[in-house]
Amino acid sequence: MRYAETGFNLEVDLTRGNIERVETDPRDTELYLGGLGTNAKILWDRVPPEVEPFSPDNLLIFSAGLLCGTPATGCNRTIVSTISPQTQLMAFSMMGGFWAPELKYAGYDKVILRGKSPNLVYIWINNDKVEIRDASHLKGKGAVETAELIQQELKEPRAQVAAIGLAGENRVYFASIEQGRSSASRGGIGAVMGDKGVKAVAVRGTRDINVARPLEYLELCNEVLEYIKWRNEHPVPGVMAILTGLGSPQEMKVHDEKWHTENFMWGNSRVRRKDFWNEDIAREWAKTLDTMRTRLISCYNCPMTCGATISPPGLPTYMMKCFSKLTYTMAAFADLEFGLGIAQSATEYGVDGFSTPQVMAFALELYEKGILTDNDFPGMPADNEGRFYWLLDRIVRREGIGDVLANGTYWAAKQIGKGAEEYAHNTIKKHEQLPLKLSMLNPIYFLMYSTGEKINITQIEGQFPQAPFLTMEEKEAFVKDWFQVPDDKFKQIFLDWEPRGEKSMPFYPTPEMCCEIVDWQERMHYIDDALGMCAGLSSFPLKPPYHIHNYPKFISAGTGIDMDEEKLTQAVRRYRTLVRANNTRRGMRRKDEKPPADHWKKRFPELEEKLLDTYYQFKGWNKQGIPTKETLHELGLDYVYEDFEKRGVYSDNGGAPAQETSAEKDKEA
Amino acid sequence: MGEKKKKIIKTIKIDADKCNGCRACEVICSAFHAQPKYSSNNPARSRIRIIRYPLKDIYVPVYAGEYTAAECMGRDKYVVDGKEYEECAFCRASCPSRDIFKEPDSGLPLKCDMCEGEDEPLCVKWCRVDALTYEEREEDVEDVEAPKELDIGLESLAKKYGAQEFMDAVARMSMKA
Ligand code: SF4
Ligand code: SF4
Ligand code: SF4
Repeated sequence: MRYAETGFNLEVDLTRGNIERVETDPRDTELYLGGLGTNAKILWDRVPPEVEPFSPDNLLIFSAGLLCGTPATGCNRTIVSTISPQTQLMAFSMMGGFWAPELKYAGYDKVILRGKSPNLVYIWINNDKVEIRDASHLKGKGAVETAELIQQELKEPRAQVAAIGLAGENRVYFASIEQGRSSASRGGIGAVMGDKGVKAVAVRGTRDINVARPLEYLELCNEVLEYIKWRNEHPVPGVMAILTGLGSPQEMKVHDEKWHTENFMWGNSRVRRKDFWNEDIAREWAKTLDTMRTRLISCYNCPMTCGATISPPGLPTYMMKCFSKLTYTMAAFADLEFGLGIAQSATEYGVDGFSTPQVMAFALELYEKGILTDNDFPGMPADNEGRFYWLLDRIVRREGIGDVLANGTYWAAKQIGKGAEEYAHNTIKKHEQLPLKLSMLNPIYFLMYSTGEKINITQIEGQFPQAPFLTMEEKEAFVKDWFQVPDDKFKQIFLDWEPRGEKSMPFYPTPEMCCEIVDWQERMHYIDDALGMCAGLSSFPLKPPYHIHNYPKFISAGTGIDMDEEKLTQAVRRYRTLVRANNTRRGMRRKDEKPPADHWKKRFPELEEKLLDTYYQFKGWNKQGIPTKETLHELGLDYVYEDFEKRGVYSDNGGAPAQETSAEKDKEA
Repeated sequence: MGEKKKKIIKTIKIDADKCNGCRACEVICSAFHAQPKYSSNNPARSRIRIIRYPLKDIYVPVYAGEYTAAECMGRDKYVVDGKEYEECAFCRASCPSRDIFKEPDSGLPLKCDMCEGEDEPLCVKWCRVDALTYEEREEDVEDVEAPKELDIGLESLAKKYGAQEFMDAVARMSMKA
């Protein structure tokens, strides 16, 4: 018997309309855990670099995490993996909500989509009964609307539905997959779903999920619940408000947006408004949120209520989370009422809440600078807010300039030319980033921005305070109950870390220390993504309930696999390396690993080189960031080495122009 | 007259306004009733179910009550504060008219047993937002043996038709059987 996991994947061939239930190899669970880990393995085995994102041979994998469906609080993530049309690298966006546990209860760990359906379809998974159903009547429908219509036609309100909107259907490079309370937004995976002709995947399951050692497992769950309670009553002092507690940043609860609105950038990630927040705005925004927010809501099996149902006047209700509360508002220099209103359309269209507002602000900046002209915007309204609605519409329909913008700022700038590239200034690996511009280089963040393969800072940071505390007293108080550290040396680093003087940024923490800190932070995210745990209870906040010391116990008691910290760390290194191997094979090299040039004002080129060198070495990668033969061997990934050799990966140091895809390169060769 | 006796009344107070729809209550209830205890979980087997329509702001935790062999003659449908609830939304019965409160495979009825043997109902313990709270109070009750349902029914028939007529009917039926 398999514990925690079901041991079965669903293989759906959309071209031929074939569905198979396939038993998985339990040894893969030991080596790669599940979720992201096993996804990376499947992509490695089955999607070589010649396969373009919109090729029928690209896979779109919906995976429940290894522990989803067990009673572990907050373990509800679906990890969606594919090759991204925007970055042309491996994308592994996650969504919370209710979908992953439902898939487990239906009896599957993953749904693997391949091929392309000739007509728009949706997939209906109801325990053993799996069907590919016609979705032509759902064409053009909103993502939320689609979910409701499918529940109605199946007469199954308990079905969990992951759906795309118009953006996914039209293969917008930043299209999301929406799932009620949540969405998998980053990397344009909704576009791949649209390309495959799949409007939605609906799931309903009524089967048991077993755990190997029940009493021990429940004890661990109870400890976590107790700690969450304690932690909610004991916010961390000395850090900014959104970092004091657990959960995703509690954006649906807070009224005070002084910090975000005055520290994050407005417009096309350029303008800082230092004295923006005042009493009038505070009052007005509080009123907006209070009148539109119907209820605070949680994901499956979690008490944190990080999301909310929002009912903008005259518009249908939708569900919102986190920072998309402000991204549209700030991109448009507008108010919260505008932001919550346009987010309703954006959710139905199914687009990413980070990239989309930036793409629109970028277009308007080009217009202002004369690089784009009236001819590019026929019929665009004169008012700013109207322009954003108009642009959003053009983008998701890929009409006129919208067709260009739908590829994101990086590709759009290339196509537009005339110096537009300078305005696509906030991307890493061709992917739009948080609108944040700072002063002094932070060496820890430098490494995370450069090397994070989820290409999103919030998906690698956490655990370690973002800045040093002012007094020794505060520092000592902080480290006192900091039992989540993998090793006490992290406490010492933090105690020694000063805001000014010898032991301050950018030279302290030293490159060696930065490596360890970043490695710890990243490791926690990778564990979460394999187990299906919400980052808000684990890798993202300070002092979380799940950490490197109790995770091995959860895995052991849950799955029956013997696990300790060392073995877990080794497993994480293995599939983390496999993610990199997938990207290496697709041409990712050192030159791609850098933050936006203007992310910090004060840069230190020599130090930055040293940081990257030291980190690559620490990780067992060569100067180009490619895992070495020895590293691969140590991790049991000799098959990766063989493939690298065959493809001449080690002699390719990334000289080829960035816009070429691997397939094009091969054609020339 | 019977003497006064103490009876413990157990109440779970459901504050549906506080429910966030997380279904933690379903998780723990089904885990608690697994054999062996906590060895598996499956919300479809829970004795509490959340009727949940987030876009309509409908969140109703409902507890499994008695099994009923036949559904009611008619169904009810509530509208509260402008929100229309699904048919029979507030009913606790394990009833042929719907699939909740039944074992998913065998269809056997499920009934909340207030987590027999535990200090406190586990759904309450796992509901961390206080949508479910537990109260116990003592009440004095008359200690009279309640008449059996069949007795009441027969007595009323005997009254209506007369004792002899009634006895004959019983005799005719037992000959046919
Ligand atoms: S912490 Fe928030 S985002 Fe995470 S599972 Fe809980 S409700 Fe969802
Ligand atoms: S645990 Fe509480 S908040 Fe969560 S669904 Fe049950 S009653 Fe609602
Ligand atoms: S009291 Fe116990 S048996 Fe009843 S619904 Fe709650 S958890 Fe289930």
